[in-house]
Amino acid sequence: MSNRIDKLGMPKWGLSMTEGTVVAWLVEEGAEVAVGDEVAEVETEKINGVVESPVAGILRRRVAAAGDVIPVGGLLGVIADADVPDADIDAFVEEFQATFVPEEAEGEAGPAPETVEVEAGRLRFLRQGEEGEPIVLLHGFGGDLNNWLFTAPALAGEHVVYALDLPGHGGSSKDVGSGDVDFLLGSVEQFLDAQGLRRVHLVGHSMGGLVAASLALAAPERVASLTLVASAGLGEEINGEYIRGFIEAERRRDLKPALELLFADPSLVTRQLVDDVLKYKRIDGVEEALRTIAGNTLGEDRQRVAVADRLGELDVPLLIVWGREDRIFPAAHAERAPEDAQVHLLDGRGHSPHMEAAGDFNRILESFLATAGARAAP
Amino acid sequence: MAREITYQTAINEALAQEMERDPTVVVFGEDVAGGMEAPGEDDAWGGVLGVTKGLYHKYPGRVLDTPISESAYVGAAAGAAASGLRPVAELMFVDFMGVCLDQIFNQAAKFRYMFGGKAKTPMVIRTMWGAGIRAASQHSQALYPIFTHIPGLKVALPATPYDAKGLLIAAIRDDDPVIFFEHKVLYDTKGDVPEEPYALPFGEANIVREGSDVTVVALGRMVSFAQEAAEALEDDGIDCEIIDPRTTSPLDEDTILESVENTGRLVVVDEASPRCGMASDIAARVAQDAFADLKAPPRMVTAPHTPVPFSPVLEDAYVPTVESITAAVRETAGAGAPSAA
Repeated sequence: MSNRIDKLGMPKWGLSMTEGTVVAWLVEEGAEVAVGDEVAEVETEKINGVVESPVAGILRRRVAAAGDVIPVGGLLGVIADADVPDADIDAFVEEFQATFVPEEAEGEAGPAPETVEVEAGRLRFLRQGEEGEPIVLLHGFGGDLNNWLFTAPALAGEHVVYALDLPGHGGSSKDVGSGDVDFLLGSVEQFLDAQGLRRVHLVGHSMGGLVAASLALAAPERVASLTLVASAGLGEEINGEYIRGFIEAERRRDLKPALELLFADPSLVTRQLVDDVLKYKRIDGVEEALRTIAGNTLGEDRQRVAVADRLGELDVPLLIVWGREDRIFPAAHAERAPEDAQVHLLDGRGHSPHMEAAGDFNRILESFLATAGARAAP
Repeated sequence: MAREITYQTAINEALAQEMERDPTVVVFGEDVAGGMEAPGEDDAWGGVLGVTKGLYHKYPGRVLDTPISESAYVGAAAGAAASGLRPVAELMFVDFMGVCLDQIFNQAAKFRYMFGGKAKTPMVIRTMWGAGIRAASQHSQALYPIFTHIPGLKVALPATPYDAKGLLIAAIRDDDPVIFFEHKVLYDTKGDVPEEPYALPFGEANIVREGSDVTVVALGRMVSFAQEAAEALEDDGIDCEIIDPRTTSPLDEDTILESVENTGRLVVVDEASPRCGMASDIAARVAQDAFADLKAPPRMVTAPHTPVPFSPVLEDAYVPTVESITAAVRETAGAGAPSAA
């Protein structure tokens, strides 16, 4: 037993988050919680998520109530052992509320995306973390670096994390040349060169997984480990309805049903998410870039590039994560992994486990990287 | 992406990017290039408020100062559009449209229809509107309902810098005549605007805020007033959904109707005069097509049926306020069947 009192704070998901609304508590006051237990649901402008307990103990106080809007870092609840007197908890809450100052508005502190010019064009990226082995995160078709909003901060304690916008996406150039997988992996390699990164842990989601795997096969010396999340390239099936629907949608009412295919729980698709994707899709050159990439990298009714059979050639640690409810690529594609790969299939999650089950996903990835890092060390 | 610029800069950037992309885009109007007593070509005024500043020397020969004759240069724009250019004419204040209305509603608006679809008229008329700067009755009106009324014209009414840039680019690329309304009080407002060019489709309303109790449709400057009202009403437990149609022609009726299906209550906020305006038009649509969903009569918050007063005290009383919106929403929310299901 200890007399330690821990704060359960409002997390920060993504650069623009300044506050969140408590949707519901998932744990009763007085209940025991373990590290990583889901304790509260929180809604932000962009996305809904679950707050996990940072420590083990008893949820002694629910300070925020459902419906309350709490700034990032603000007090949601208090966790402590059973023998800490109530008076101490009261004093902790009182002192916290009296001294807490919400962080300044967006852009004042914290990392901001940067851009770098390479042969493939302008690439935008977000660097987080001060030291440790570098990790590069590659989003999927139509995504951008913000898709890693739950992932990058979790990894940044132990690593230098680069989330990249692939060509044609986010803040990167919209000219995608041939738009084939060689062009895309070439752009990533040029990015590594420009940042002076010799060898990195690669994490790719969906089409980004295909790019990561292809880069690992083309330049194995640059890859310390490979993580594929609901990846393209591991089977033939692809949801062509999604690809076409995403490319063609010009309006909210057309885009929303397409985006809902990305998650097992469609309520994760908020108005803000739809608006953000529409803002991206309206930019000159995006539609053409998406069509080119869909045609030459992904394929619309049948996947164009297969890497499953060659993954066995790789001499690097391989992690594969999939949601069993994936409606873009069937989770069965995970079975194509070579025998020595670590495979995790998540129940009740769809095509975006890194967003839908961020806590579980981060734990799987962190423990994989811990062993992969040890193996990769010279 | 997160770059903040003003509404005015967003409009200037849209013009510059379209002139860069398409050599047939030309700009003309009173003082859009230099203007009287400008200190020199490079720092010429660029319009009465400087919205077109910097375009004149960047695109030589494509930014033309015209004589003070709206009937001449708006007519010239219609002719230029019909013969291959994409003119953007600036009508300094929409209040001056009376002298060039035939060119707009009897000529430009009719070309495509009367020539059996064989003619196109890709012209844009940019124009300032709205009360709030003590400019009196002839420089303060909200005359978009008149243009919205005329088949063959499209009408855009941006409320934010993001919408201003995207709608103006879409207007320039559109093959029909577009009347583009810039609220003079909004020129200094700031917002996130992507640096790259993008077109915002006409007829796609913006759901500014989601809510379940009352649908508030607001236009132009009234959008931010409605947002303030919604925040105040939140404390009373009234949850407003705010919809900004962004274009009045075409009008995104579906988004408005779907919202009213959910809330059952409607308030329309419009800075224009009350008769034959967007407020009455939208309220009538909803009454006809969503009658069964309505729990209370739709309410309209508009200016009174008078000219815009010059007296500051009267002008402030003329424009709808956050308080008048709040009062209308409260009245609607309290009227009719209870909103709790």
